[in-house]
Amino acid sequence: MTDSTTTTAPVTERATLLSVDDLVVEHRTPGRPLVRAVAGASLTVAAGEVVGLVGESGCGKSTLARAVCGLNRAASGTITFGGHPVTPLGLRRRDRALSGIQMVFQDPYSSLNPRRKVGAQIADGLRTAGDTTTSPADLLERVGLPRDFAGRHPHEFSGGQRQRIAIARALAARPSLLIGDEPISALDASAQAQVARLMRDLAVDSGAGLLFISHDLSVVRLIADRIAVMYLGKIVEIGRTEEVWTDPRHPYTRALLGAIPAPDGAGVLPAELPGDVPDPADPPQGCRFHPRCPVAMDVCREREPDFGPVACWLHEPA
Amino acid sequence: MKLPQAWRQPLAIVGGVVALAWIVIALAAPLLAPHDPLAQDLPRLASPGPGHWFGTDQLGRDILSRVMYGARLSIPLTVLLVALSVLVGGLLGACAGYFGKWADETIMRFADLVFAFPTVILAMVVAAALGASLANAVLAVLVVAWPAYARVTRGLVLGVREREFVISGRLLGFSAWRSLRVDVLPNITGPILVLATLDIGTALLLLSGLSFLGLGAKPPSPEWGAMVSAGVEVFDSWWVATFPGLAILSVVLAFNFLGDTLRDALDPRTARAIKERAL
Repeated sequence: MTDSTTTTAPVTERATLLSVDDLVVEHRTPGRPLVRAVAGASLTVAAGEVVGLVGESGCGKSTLARAVCGLNRAASGTITFGGHPVTPLGLRRRDRALSGIQMVFQDPYSSLNPRRKVGAQIADGLRTAGDTTTSPADLLERVGLPRDFAGRHPHEFSGGQRQRIAIARALAARPSLLIGDEPISALDASAQAQVARLMRDLAVDSGAGLLFISHDLSVVRLIADRIAVMYLGKIVEIGRTEEVWTDPRHPYTRALLGAIPAPDGAGVLPAELPGDVPDPADPPQGCRFHPRCPVAMDVCREREPDFGPVACWLHEPA
Repeated sequence: MKLPQAWRQPLAIVGGVVALAWIVIALAAPLLAPHDPLAQDLPRLASPGPGHWFGTDQLGRDILSRVMYGARLSIPLTVLLVALSVLVGGLLGACAGYFGKWADETIMRFADLVFAFPTVILAMVVAAALGASLANAVLAVLVVAWPAYARVTRGLVLGVREREFVISGRLLGFSAWRSLRVDVLPNITGPILVLATLDIGTALLLLSGLSFLGLGAKPPSPEWGAMVSAGVEVFDSWWVATFPGLAILSVVLAFNFLGDTLRDALDPRTARAIKERAL
C-alpha cells in the first residue's frame, strides 16, 4: 500500500473553503430533554484538503456534516462556505452558491432512487453544474465503473458499486466541497479502502476539499491530511494526520488508537475504553471525557477545556 | 408468455376473468343485449325463461339487457370516481406529508372531519344537498372517498421524504415539486394502486347505494343500484332485484381479488410467501 498522506502540500498555504465556528446543533423531540448533538465545534477545510472527522457513533459527527449541508439548523455558531453563510435547506430550492457542497451518504441502499436509471440520476448532478459536455457514462468511468451501467437500475448493483455511483452523482455537480458521511461503513472491508481512496483522489484532483467522516481511524489515516477527533459534540483534538497518528495527545484519541486491532500476529486484544458514551442530553460537568478518562484530574471535573487544538487540561496552551 | 406467480392464484384468475368479462359486456352491450333496455314491450314481471333469461321488470323491460347496459354506466363511473379520489386525495396527502407544518395540519384536519362522519350518511347528505343525479352522486362519493387516499399518501410520503436519495436530490438543487415528482411519488405508487383497486368495489357499492336510495341515477336509466331499489317494490318477483344485485356483487368481488393480487405482486415479501404456500 502506498502512502499518500505524505505527498500533500502544507495545509496552511491553501485558502479556507469551509469554516465551522463554535457550532451548536440541538435536537428537539417533544417530551424529551433537549439534546446538544454538536456542542460548540470548530473546524476548517481548505480547498484541496482532506479532513477526516472521527469519533464513536452518537458523538455528533453526522449531525455536524448535515449542518454543513444545511440539513440541520445551527442553534448558534456559524458555518461559512466560500464566503457565504450556510443557510438551512427549507422547502425552497437550495441556494446556488451552496450547491458546491455535495454529500455522499452512509447507506448505499437508500442513497439512490430505486425507480430511476443510474444515468438519469447522475445527469441530475450534471444539470446542477450546468455541464452539457460531460455524459453520465464519463462519470461512471471516473469512478471506475463500466460506461454501460448508466442504463441500469440501482437494484442491479452491489453496495460498493452503488456507493461509487453516489460519488459519481455528487461529483457531477462539480462540488468544491465533498462530504462523506460514513460512506464506507456499510461496505465490506475489501471495498472500504478502495472507495475511501477513490473519494480522496477524485476530490483532490478536482481541487475540491473533502470532509470525510468515519468511525474507523485506520481508514481515515490513509486518506486524510488532517484528522479531527470528536467526542460527545465537541472536537477534542485536531492536527496533522501523522501527528495525531504517531503522537496522539488527548486521552480519548489515545484510547481510539489503542482500540485498533494490531495485525502483528501477536494475538493481543485491543485495549478497551471503559464505560459508554454519556447521554448527550445530560453531558457530564467539566471535561466531557473525564468519567472515562484514565488520567482525569480535579480540574477536569470542574472546568471544561474549551481550547484547541487539544481540548485537554494536560495540553493547555501557555 | 408466463404469468408471474402472484397472478397464477385461483382468486386472481377468477377476479381477472370476471372483471374482463364485465368490461367486454360494457363495451359491447349494444351488440350483446337481446332487447332495448328502455323498451317496455315485453310482458310485465315475467319470470326468467327463454327470450328473457333474467325475466322482466314491472314495466316489461328485459332485465338481462338492462343489467348489460348498466355495466356501461356503473363501471366507468366507478373507475372515474376512484381515479378522481386518488388524484385529489393523493395530491393533498402528498402536499401534507411533504410540506408539513400548516399544510399538513389544514389538510389532515379536513380529512379527519370527513372521517368523523359515517361514510354513507355523509354521502347521502352531500348528494341530497346537490340534488339527485348520477353526476352529483359521484361528487358526493368523491367527497367521502378522498381522505383515505390523503392519509395513506401522507404516511408513505413521510416515510420516503427523509430517505437519502431524496435528500441527495434536494442537495443537487431540486425544487420541492421536482423532488416530489421525481423522487417521492414514483416510490409510493404501488401501495396507492392497491388501495385504489380494492376501493373500486367499495365505491361501486356506495354509488349503487345512493341510487338505491333515490339519490343517484334517475329512471329510466339502467343503473344497478336503482334497479335493485325498484326490485324491492315487487318482492315476489325475486329476479327483478336479484340479477342487478348479483352484478354488483360480482364486480365488487372481482376487484377485491384483483386488489389482493396486485398487493401480492408488488410486495416481494408476500410474493415469496405465496410461493412457499404453493409448493
